Amino acid sequence: MSFDTIVLAVCDGVAYASLVFLVAVGLTFIFGVLGVLNIAHGSFYALGAYSAVSAGIWLTKAGFNPWLTFPALFVAAIVIGAVLGGLMEKLLLQRIYDKEQVLQILVTFAIFMILENVQRLIWGVQPYFMSEPLQLLGNVSLFGISYTAYQTLFLPALAVIVLLGLRYFLRHTAAGAQILAVTEDREAASAIGIDAQKVYFVTFIAGATLAALGGALAAPTTSIMPGMGAEMIVLSFAVAATAGLGQIEGAAVAALMIGLGRSLAVYLAPEFEVLVPYILMVGVLIFRPSGLFGAPQLRKI
Amino acid sequence: MMLRRLAAAAGLSLLGLFPALAQEKPAELRIGITTYASGAASVFGIPARDAAEMFASEINARGGVQGVPVKLYFVDEGAGIETLMTEYRRLVQDQKVDVMFASISSGVCNKIAPLAEDLKVVNFMWDCGTQRILEDDKYNYVFRTQANATPEVMAPLLYLLKVKPDFKTIAVVNQDYAWGRDSWAIFSQALKVLKPDVKVVAEFFPKFGAADFSTEVSRLLALKPDVILSTSWGGDLDTFVRQANQRGLFKSSQFVLPLAESSLERLGNDLPEGVIVGGRGDHYFLHPERIGDAKFRAFMDAFKKKTGAYPIYPVFHMAQAFSALEAVYAKAVAANGGKWPTHDQVAKAMPGLKFQALGRPVEIRTDGQGVEDQLVGTTIRTPKYNFDVLDNMMIFPASQIMPPVGQKSDAWIATLKPDILNIKVDTFKHAD
Repeated sequence: MSFDTIVLAVCDGVAYASLVFLVAVGLTFIFGVLGVLNIAHGSFYALGAYSAVSAGIWLTKAGFNPWLTFPALFVAAIVIGAVLGGLMEKLLLQRIYDKEQVLQILVTFAIFMILENVQRLIWGVQPYFMSEPLQLLGNVSLFGISYTAYQTLFLPALAVIVLLGLRYFLRHTAAGAQILAVTEDREAASAIGIDAQKVYFVTFIAGATLAALGGALAAPTTSIMPGMGAEMIVLSFAVAATAGLGQIEGAAVAALMIGLGRSLAVYLAPEFEVLVPYILMVGVLIFRPSGLFGAPQLRKI
Repeated sequence: MMLRRLAAAAGLSLLGLFPALAQEKPAELRIGITTYASGAASVFGIPARDAAEMFASEINARGGVQGVPVKLYFVDEGAGIETLMTEYRRLVQDQKVDVMFASISSGVCNKIAPLAEDLKVVNFMWDCGTQRILEDDKYNYVFRTQANATPEVMAPLLYLLKVKPDFKTIAVVNQDYAWGRDSWAIFSQALKVLKPDVKVVAEFFPKFGAADFSTEVSRLLALKPDVILSTSWGGDLDTFVRQANQRGLFKSSQFVLPLAESSLERLGNDLPEGVIVGGRGDHYFLHPERIGDAKFRAFMDAFKKKTGAYPIYPVFHMAQAFSALEAVYAKAVAANGGKWPTHDQVAKAMPGLKFQALGRPVEIRTDGQGVEDQLVGTTIRTPKYNFDVLDNMMIFPASQIMPPVGQKSDAWIATLKPDILNIKVDTFKHAD
């Protein structure tokens, strides 16, 4: 395997990992703070993608500057995350935080099923596509192979910004400190005057928005179609479990491992491409049952 | 008094007798249809269901099949094989459907065929591709109202060998499931026989429903194979084509996309010119031999108006199932002296049946396989449509590109000789 090939495989791997990280980090963030494994995360991903595509198609059809499709991606993600995520937390999750985890999973799973069908009602079953952002950024060439700048530069840059932003927010701001305090011990945090309910609410919206953002950013690169949410939720779980549930930096490392492993597989043994995320997950969990970065006792419930 | 009562009773019973005789014709002809209403394959299932509804109301407006109106019962294939089998059983045993149209997925058909045989219900495999079912086993109630994987893959291969014979390397990117694997097995086996010097430089089978083919595209850009084959369909194919086109892969390789007829309109101008495209039969909304037919045109426009998109091959397949149904009942009624036939009589009338829907006539062989000609073309752009259409079309006679009755596909492919390239095809330019 030559040096060229390795560089090419790394490029593909990083591009893929960035997208997976953006979605998985939302899932793991919500779990870390709320202790809820949110299956409906996949719906936020899909709905983010669908709304971004609809917004983009509308903007282009209405004759606006195609560069406006970029902010449209973010606006779509924030709207889906804030409105849908907010409603879901307020109306459903708030009632079940002290219930068994099995029940929480079932409730979020039910929401996932409902949203899948809502999505089919609104957008139907034909694949959608909106590649303006991808085409606007053009291609970059590496060893004679052209890559889209969107996938090799824009997405990884955004993933790094999100990672550093989350780190800074949690470690260096008052709001972040409140979130960490609630994660550590909800009762004690409430006792010293932190509004735990509000912290949960904000955290859930942030996590849901990250999932929707992942979907919106994936939209220009792929066909948007039924079933994409289920696909992503499985992959996000693999990343979150490999990293250790609740571990944000861990999610970045795990996403990178899975992305690189997958692209190396395409170069060396294409038959294993599909298996890579799960082989890595099983490999890690055998030796570290709480994941790469997970502490054995993650939460006290 | 007594006599009169007797006469009245006799009259009444006589009156009762005639409707009883006439009632041999049922009040309705019940058709069970399995199609994808959910999941990725609903890109085929939903247009097919829309088409089925249009055909049923058109038939009923004409008074029905041999005077019996049809009624449709739909089952979602996407619900999973267990649910589907239960629903299938329920339709046959409780709803007493007269005929089943099942299914789209080859995996489903493999399970449905023996079930139909058990239940003794006439089953039209209206869309599934696998050639194996009727090659490996003999069925009395299972028939294919369309072609199968072997001619559907042979036609694009022969087209490629006819128009671009000078290629040395090939790569494949197929979906990782039965159809993706089987179609490549047929294609690569036939290629090895007909052009043994071609080297296969990469075989990719990305996951079914994969959202990203970037790595495969990078690898193909580096390998620069002369030909890239993909029998993928739906969102997978759309994504692959767009990602490949964005990065210039179409400039370095000749693409062969045997199912892309079903993606033409969605892909718009993201599909470059010069790509070899097939449609699993002679299915094309601008079918060069049918386009002059006012009824053909009227249906294409009506479908576009109803659903917002031109018909794709599953719509043509659904049309064939309905045409076969009308034809077989006409044949069976005639064979039964004008009386309504039993289900067994209908099944017996299937072999040798000829019918025509929206393409060329199709014939059912004695082994239940359908013989359906194959249309392949190359994409071009015209001002009239905002998506690619087909030019340099060839229609391949199906009987010569599939094994004869009693022979299996792989055994037949092994006997192929290069002179199969000389088979007579009809050629057409784009004209519309």
